Amino acid sequence: MGASLPVVKALRAFLPQRAVLHEEEDTRPYECDGLTAYRQLPMVVALPETEEQVRQILRVCSSLKIPVVPRGAGTGLSGGALPSGEGVLLSMAKFMRVLRIDPLARIAVVQPGVRNAVVSELAAPHGLYYAPDPSSQIACTIGGNVSENSGGVHCLKYGLTLHNVLGVRGFTIDGEPIELGGEAPDAPGYDLLALAVGSEGMLFVVTEVTLKLLPKPQCARVVMASFDDVEKAGAAVADVIAAGIVPAGLEMMDRPATHAVEQFVQAGYDLEAAAILLCESDGTAEEVEDEIARMNAVLERAGATRMTVSRDEAERLRFWSGRKAAFPAVGRISPDYYCMDGTIPRKRLGEVLTFIAALERKYRLRCPNVFHAGDGNLHPLILFDANDADQLHRTELFAAEVLEKCVEVGGTITGEHGVGVEKINQMCVQFRPAELELFRAVKRAFDPQGLLNPGKAVPTLARCAEYGRMRVHGGRLRHPELPRF
Amino acid sequence: MIEALAETIREAAASGRGLRLRGGGTKDFYGNALHGEILDTRGYAGVAGYEPTELVVTARCGTPLSHLESILEANGQCLPFEPPHFGSQATVGGCVAAGLSGPRRAAAGALRDFVLGVKLIDGRGEILSFGGQVMKNVAGYDVSRLVAGSLGTLGVIAEVSLKLAPKPQVEATLRLEAHQERALELMNRWAGEPLPVSATAWHDGALTVRLSGSAAGVRAAAAKIGGARVDEPFWQSLREQTAPFFSGAQPLWRLALPSTAGPLELQGAQLIEWGGALRWVRSSESPAAMRAAARRLKGHATLFRAADKDVGCFSPLEPVLERLHRSLKAVFDPAGIFGRGRMYPEL
Repeated sequence: MGASLPVVKALRAFLPQRAVLHEEEDTRPYECDGLTAYRQLPMVVALPETEEQVRQILRVCSSLKIPVVPRGAGTGLSGGALPSGEGVLLSMAKFMRVLRIDPLARIAVVQPGVRNAVVSELAAPHGLYYAPDPSSQIACTIGGNVSENSGGVHCLKYGLTLHNVLGVRGFTIDGEPIELGGEAPDAPGYDLLALAVGSEGMLFVVTEVTLKLLPKPQCARVVMASFDDVEKAGAAVADVIAAGIVPAGLEMMDRPATHAVEQFVQAGYDLEAAAILLCESDGTAEEVEDEIARMNAVLERAGATRMTVSRDEAERLRFWSGRKAAFPAVGRISPDYYCMDGTIPRKRLGEVLTFIAALERKYRLRCPNVFHAGDGNLHPLILFDANDADQLHRTELFAAEVLEKCVEVGGTITGEHGVGVEKINQMCVQFRPAELELFRAVKRAFDPQGLLNPGKAVPTLARCAEYGRMRVHGGRLRHPELPRF
Repeated sequence: MIEALAETIREAAASGRGLRLRGGGTKDFYGNALHGEILDTRGYAGVAGYEPTELVVTARCGTPLSHLESILEANGQCLPFEPPHFGSQATVGGCVAAGLSGPRRAAAGALRDFVLGVKLIDGRGEILSFGGQVMKNVAGYDVSRLVAGSLGTLGVIAEVSLKLAPKPQVEATLRLEAHQERALELMNRWAGEPLPVSATAWHDGALTVRLSGSAAGVRAAAAKIGGARVDEPFWQSLREQTAPFFSGAQPLWRLALPSTAGPLELQGAQLIEWGGALRWVRSSESPAAMRAAARRLKGHATLFRAADKDVGCFSPLEPVLERLHRSLKAVFDPAGIFGRGRMYPEL
């Protein structure tokens, strides 16, 4: 039946048979991304291999007015690659070539389907690496990283994807080629590259990315510090920054998180501690020795009950292994878990953790916390069982309250995972109608028909009004200024 | 005060009267000819929030840039992109709207990299907030970085939150003799090694390098790089363009190129910054020749300072980008009142 669809016929005019999928058994693997709670079978999956094919696919879809949802490796955690049931899922998986590495210019030119970790692997022989390292880096692709403006554990010192992408090339929904940024700095005109990075595949389709490579630090060491109180650990983070130190990584895990992790990877964490900090220094041997001494002094004054400095690379990696394995470790102690991604000003950490602890009691669900403490990005993990409808419902309410608390303390609903479909209601809390309307107008400037990744990231006013009504039923009306239809 | 700015904008939009957003006027020279009635932003001033331990400051547009920097200095922090002031009257709003970065740009990043959020008054007189005060924030399109460098053509940047960095513990400047080709090679090679190089410049056979970081790191790097120590306020004279190279009546061109591009074959004196990515050229060559030279090397040329700017200061845009610029301009400023023609004639 699918073979008779006009779009399938039109795509098969220039794509090989195997690059256009429409049978359910073929499209099923594309029904969701890393956020498996949302599923939708795409009408058609297209797997182009060349820029010309991407251009033609977009032209076909735009003339037939069919939605297009771009997809990388499908590791995203906000449902940004959730297919449209009436649309084409545009898989960029075959764009796997590293086109050029120029060690003198310190750049890598790659196709969007290249995996994040591959870039650093290929740059390593030149003493270079690509800094952003989301924890899914062995699987996630550069195209997805550009869409979501992905972060990682080294953002405080080395920035997000935005700070490490020099240029992108791609096509508008009408199939027009577009090139932003480039090797030369400060492209003329408006900074459209900044707008493109993190736009969740809604403005145009990226087919090539120029990345900045950095010299690999000669050495790195990490201090693991224990605290008997999470607020003290939070204050210690502020003290480190106040001392003029910018750690290469600064992570916090609370006791429930270290316990879950320790059963899984034996990273050597202090299980007595209410919270532990991992504070990393990188640079030349001289710089690291100097900085570690300063970090130790600050952490000790801040009341650390135990401190261990990694003695060698193996121990450093072991300390990090627990943090990097936090999500799968939590996955072993609970049938399901829900990962949040709010960012808060660091000074409000104690308040937010106390708030989360109260919600654990209110909703009768456990919630370990891992925290990119250096940049304020909080990942509470709500543990639940999706087979229990009431638990799932309580989890959603729990998560919504946490995200709205993040906004209330001056933070944001998403630090690095994106809005996607997941946090679209909370956009109504973070932004006012005029701001949301401006986002919609920006989208229209690139995609007047609204065909690229529709229904993601930016809610309609009607949706916000509906969400507002739900919140009123919950007994609270926090945003009376929202127009309600 | 912010409400008064918004009201003026609403009136101007209603009557179609052009406005020229202006702080201290120190960047009036930058961009195409100025049109419209001045909307002075200096009345909306002050630091709205500063948390040294968050590495974030929020300042209103009219805040003098020097005032902001002295507050940061007192707390051992700085604006890592070292924005040029070009005069004592420079304001924070003008600095962000101009989008210019100084000597540390190649090492630390550009101004836009440090913008975390803005409060913007658009062309309808609506006061809008984008981004915030936190470093990681991917909710909504990144409008705050879009307006950085937009030269007052999209709206009033009434308030801006900027990421900060601690001041380096130690700095040292070294000077080596090197011809241009050799200097370009060294600058690029150093940038690929784990050295605390925070600025580079080449002019007239001399390569100058600044190292910033811990005492131990700077000492080790200085031994490796060699050359003679220089103590003069050299970097300040580049940042503010008070060095002799920048004086005189000849047009000053700013060519942004891939850092590895070879020496330019153009008439006139040259000064190189940013590890090779920024080439200042004092030249009377035709604008067409300058732009063609930049394009051949995959870069672009800006007529930075000149008496005659009729040719247009900024490199022309590709048609698809030009169309997007017009569409975005209409989104932010539907009546087309802000900074008419300052960036491009049609915006």
